[in-house]
Amino acid sequence: MKVLVAVKRVVDYNVKVRAKADGSDVDLNNVKMAINPFCEIAVEEAVRLKEAGVATEVIAVSVGEKSCQEQIRTAMALGADRGIQVETDAGVEPLVVAKLLKGVVDKEQPQLVILGKQSIDGDNNQTGQMLGALANMAQGTFASEVVVDGDKVNVTREVDGGLQTVSLNLPAIVTTDLRLNEPRYASLPNIMKAKKKQLDVYSPADLGVEVTSHLTQVKVEPPAERKAGVKVADVDELIDKLKNEAKVIS
Amino acid sequence: MDFQLSDEHKMIAETAYKLGESFGLEYWREMDAKKSFPKEIWQAICDAGLSGAALPEEYGGSDLGMFEMALIVENLSASGGGSTLGQLFMINPIFGGVTISKFGTDAMKRDMLPKLISGEMNTCMALTESNAGSNTLEIRSFAAQDGDGWLLNGEKIWITAVSDAQKMLVIARTKKIDEVTRRTDGLSMFMIDVDRKGLTHHSIDKLGTRTLSSETVFFEDVRIEPDELVGTLHGGWKELLDTLNTERIVTTAGLVGAGQLAIRLAVAYANEREVFGKTPIGAYQGLQFPLAQTHAEIECARLMNYKAAAQFDAGQPYSSEANAAKLIAAQAASMATERSMQTMGGMGYATESHVERLWRDARLFRFAPVSEEMILNFIAVHDLGMPRSY
Ligand SMILES: Cc1cc2nc3c(=O)[nH]c(=O)nc-3n(C[C@H](O)[C@H](O)[C@H](O)COP(=O)(O)OP(=O)(O)OC[C@H]3O[C@@H](n4cnc5c(N)ncnc54)[C@H](O)[C@@H]3O)c2cc1C
Repeated sequence: MKVLVAVKRVVDYNVKVRAKADGSDVDLNNVKMAINPFCEIAVEEAVRLKEAGVATEVIAVSVGEKSCQEQIRTAMALGADRGIQVETDAGVEPLVVAKLLKGVVDKEQPQLVILGKQSIDGDNNQTGQMLGALANMAQGTFASEVVVDGDKVNVTREVDGGLQTVSLNLPAIVTTDLRLNEPRYASLPNIMKAKKKQLDVYSPADLGVEVTSHLTQVKVEPPAERKAGVKVADVDELIDKLKNEAKVIS
Repeated sequence: MDFQLSDEHKMIAETAYKLGESFGLEYWREMDAKKSFPKEIWQAICDAGLSGAALPEEYGGSDLGMFEMALIVENLSASGGGSTLGQLFMINPIFGGVTISKFGTDAMKRDMLPKLISGEMNTCMALTESNAGSNTLEIRSFAAQDGDGWLLNGEKIWITAVSDAQKMLVIARTKKIDEVTRRTDGLSMFMIDVDRKGLTHHSIDKLGTRTLSSETVFFEDVRIEPDELVGTLHGGWKELLDTLNTERIVTTAGLVGAGQLAIRLAVAYANEREVFGKTPIGAYQGLQFPLAQTHAEIECARLMNYKAAAQFDAGQPYSSEANAAKLIAAQAASMATERSMQTMGGMGYATESHVERLWRDARLFRFAPVSEEMILNFIAVHDLGMPRSY
């Protein structure tokens, strides 16, 4: 079974991001970049499927500028067998990415596509679902457990108030939630091996996709500063404020 | 001049940092309190292939260089270990690994390198003696010819992690000091078992670096077999310098990471802690400037260490760079941990804030493995061409 995993290059989760002075975007100058944590979970899951003998090949794909090859290499150091970069300088938005991934799906014909449920930069939570619709594939989103069973994949989903398990016909799409697994770090010998793995670069035209943006980013601003709190003299005053000012108890 | 890290370098640094983070500061606090060898993290480091970074591929290593080693040590140190992390890399990949892969026999390589890389074996190195100290060439431990091998007598002091090692690299005289014209002549290296008749060792109680024991070692008629000689008989000194100078690069990397960690902890604390009204103490320049100063010094030491490592890897002379980097790194890490503690006030004194461990550990490296004064002597004599004062 061939597994395709999508990885996105995003700001490292440890970085405190700042908005640019003109409010046009987040300032990415000299900022540490990394694989989106949800995508890292997706890679881990695919590699585990390979280690378990379920998957035969794991392909990591990323859409973006040349720099995203760094994240594809990381995915290969974590265990993906080869990589694909779809090169585009355009600001990539969910629908465009989904269309490009659909092009890769058509080319590679994977049985399973694993994506992060969202990326920590845009927080859109759309790409997997859009790809499902475009490729006409079943989808199991927010996965906390993935079990391949013959020509089906059972996906346990984290939904409000509990867990739901869906059984999907392969080929299918899975998007990962945080609790699906704990990603490994790449070992040094695997980092060195990743250097020699195949990485193909396609343009959107190679995939027959036209990149047109449907979104305009209007403004980026930091969250409002937290206001200083107040000190209350005693419990009575606290209860009074909770009742009458905050109106959180009655 | 290219200051960019390659994708592989970034991944190596990332792996080291994540590995260190997965153990975290609490792990080190506990090991330090128990004075226990940090086995678990060392095993994880070996499992990730990091101990073998600079060792030959045919024995399970990755054939990379000291530059990659510096990156690894820096990141493991910065993510929780602190400066003592460098010592773990000294005892195994350097004292055992570098020495054997450069000067060992094929049998030694086959026997020891795979075990050093996998974490099955630890080594230690016994050079220092109480009567010699910084004046290393005055050591008196003597290996007398005994049939086809040798019989070793003498004593060593401050030897790191003897109790946790299986093999010991011993530096001993094979020609008496009054029988040689140059003191660098007549020294030899041997790789012997720690568990051997006539070899005893005792631990010294000390201020810091408590996860690694420091021990006195006594040799009483310890038999050394002919196949335990490493490198050239009587010509061990020149060969030992490669071990000692690469040790310096690893030491510096540990210090750079420790400085970075201490500053990070101080900044996080200072930006939250409010004492007078709503101003965080981090806003006071009296606290900011010393941290900013040490940050600048740490960054300079890091860069100089990279230069030393890159020159070693390219087969060029590197001891001036390695010494300069170690001098500045040790002073800056000492200052960073000191100022971090000062920034935290009373909390800096509590073990739960971790900086007191970093402070105790970093202090060591101002006089070991080589002291500040001896480095300044080296710079004055070798780099500046001034007369030797001693
Ligand atoms: C925790 C720890 C671990 C160690 N691990 C090992 C190990 O694993 N293996 C090993 O072989 N050794 C080890 N050492 C020994 C270490 O390398 C020595 O402590 C170091 O070389 C300094 O020697 P010394 O302590 O005898 O100091 P001394 O040589 O007695 O020096 C005392 C002071 O005098 C100064 N001084 C001496 N000569 C001069 C001079 N000519 N000019 C100016 N100042 C001078 C020194 O700089 C220092 O400040 C370790 C030491 C410690 C404390």
